[in-house]
Amino acid sequence: MRRWLTLLDGPQTLGRGPAFWAAFVLLILFAALLPAFVDPFAITNLTYFLVWVFISLGLSLIWGYAGILSFGQTAFFGLAGYTYGVISINLGDAGLWTWFALAVSLVLPAMLAVVIGYFMFYGGVRDVFVGIVTLSITLVFETFMAQTAGPEWTIGTARLNGFNGMANMPPLTLPWDESPLIFDGPALFWLVLGLAILVYLGLRIMVNSRFGNVLVAIRENPDRAEMLGYNIRMYQLVVFVIGSVLAGMSGVLYTLWGSYITPSSMGLTAAALPIVWVAAGGRKDLTATLFATLLLLWLSQQLAVKGSQYALIWMGVILLVVVLFAPEGLFVTVWKRLRGRILSRQGTATPKAASSSSA
Amino acid sequence: MTYLIQAYAFFYQFADAFAFLVLSGLGLAIIFGMMGVINLAHGEFIMCGAYVTVLSARAGLPLPFAMVAGTLAAGLVGLILELLIVRRLYNRLYDSIVATWALSLIATQGMLIVAGPSIEGLKTPFGSFEMGEYSFSVYRALLPLVALLLLAALYWLFVRTRFGVHSRATIEDADMARALGANTGRIYSYTFGLGAALAGLTGALYAPTMTAVPMMGQAFIVQSFVTVVVSGADVMLGLAPAAAVLAFIQSLLTKSYGQLIGQIGLLLTVIVVVRVLPKGISGWALQRSAGR
Repeated sequence: MRRWLTLLDGPQTLGRGPAFWAAFVLLILFAALLPAFVDPFAITNLTYFLVWVFISLGLSLIWGYAGILSFGQTAFFGLAGYTYGVISINLGDAGLWTWFALAVSLVLPAMLAVVIGYFMFYGGVRDVFVGIVTLSITLVFETFMAQTAGPEWTIGTARLNGFNGMANMPPLTLPWDESPLIFDGPALFWLVLGLAILVYLGLRIMVNSRFGNVLVAIRENPDRAEMLGYNIRMYQLVVFVIGSVLAGMSGVLYTLWGSYITPSSMGLTAAALPIVWVAAGGRKDLTATLFATLLLLWLSQQLAVKGSQYALIWMGVILLVVVLFAPEGLFVTVWKRLRGRILSRQGTATPKAASSSSA
Repeated sequence: MTYLIQAYAFFYQFADAFAFLVLSGLGLAIIFGMMGVINLAHGEFIMCGAYVTVLSARAGLPLPFAMVAGTLAAGLVGLILELLIVRRLYNRLYDSIVATWALSLIATQGMLIVAGPSIEGLKTPFGSFEMGEYSFSVYRALLPLVALLLLAALYWLFVRTRFGVHSRATIEDADMARALGANTGRIYSYTFGLGAALAGLTGALYAPTMTAVPMMGQAFIVQSFVTVVVSGADVMLGLAPAAAVLAFIQSLLTKSYGQLIGQIGLLLTVIVVVRVLPKGISGWALQRSAGR
């Protein structure tokens, strides 16, 4: 246990030490108490923001840490969402069936990721071609789902409904004494918040462990890592599967949140957004990714008051500015500048050495 | 006779798909093949060409001149963007993908704000001809010929002109080309501009056949990527065969199962090609001819 906890801090994550963790705990307490203070609409909205954290963290892991740029994480998002829809509509919300649907919706993306990942990494598909394969897969999915409008596209009692997507799936339900516990409103918020914290901490431990160090070695130089005796394909496959399950988790939670899922949630624009969030914050750091996702989602919503096109333009501008002027990501660049400045003022270390050893 | 008409109908569909794949892939292929930059804003250059063509034709310019205007406009925008943005991102593959993706978002949504969800289109020129129960558009029947002519023109450009020789030297070994006096920076600029102009020309050529909408680039981008991946880096060698193979698969599937299945078939083909021939048809052909 102690050994695991020490891995929360390590060379692969920014933000460490007592001050960081104190702020982290305070933030969580604040977030957890929010439903007592703000109106239900704001809670629903916050839940929506948190839903997307998983796909971003997953992409940060596979792109930022392992150096595999997948354009098609939304394929897993959509697969999970549709799986939950089909199973839960067929089995209803009695007993633990909705949880069964949730579990299957995470297992299927994992299986798909194993197949695709094996096909790519063991087949020598590299660099941008990984992106092209995954993007193709998500577009295949989108196109396929968009043409399922007819009544012949029915699984059990669930209509796939083509371009309009599926709707009205039951929420997560837990049998409880008299009345079942239904996960919507604050309950869903706490569930998603709890999952987000667990995933964030789990990933921090993972990237700072031996496994994470090897991932970074592969990102920096795959050939060298292979020469040193690491089975890089295995590592790439495992990390791809984890990232894809996280994308699937976003998909299920999104479906639960709005009780609908449409093919356009897998399209080109949808596939671009996680890349924007991850690149903008700093893809090589989980914390930066986490906050960038939340911040940009909030910002998009503010900007979209006049129409979603305004929000998307600004997402594009932000992305462009980041790539040109802060290629490591906005948060990571600012963080490193600040640290360098503080350290140089204390005179404990030269800023150069400090920043390079923490990179 | 009916068999003959059926066969022609299939050939027409095949040639139409072939033209679409070649034309949508050309600009992307040149930029990718020569510079290694994956230009995700490719579809938006096509959109730019189409918009300028439609607008200037409606303003009274004869259609051929409007098409030239569309081509030049896209090329000019390409040159400017190369100067301001793309130039800084050479040798940073992922960053160039992300940046051009950002440009594509900005262009699409910007056009949506400026020009609205769609603009009034043009009439397809030349009318149609009939064979049995089928009716074919003359204009679309001519497009495959245009595609072939363009390929021939590019072949001439890259093989017979000074720019072509310098640019091929630059692909082969940029440092050596620079040492021997080729201005590689300028070659990259022109190449990007050429790729953008070709995309604009594609938009211009298809402008009379479809409605110009801000998202129209997305209709082309998937097709263009599919073609370029199957073709591989060498445009001259790979593009035409790649487009032919893909057009055959697509028109066959479309004929039997409908358009969406045709699309899906294309994407699945790409996935298989990436795995089996990672360097595309041209890479495979070069390797074979090198005797390895």
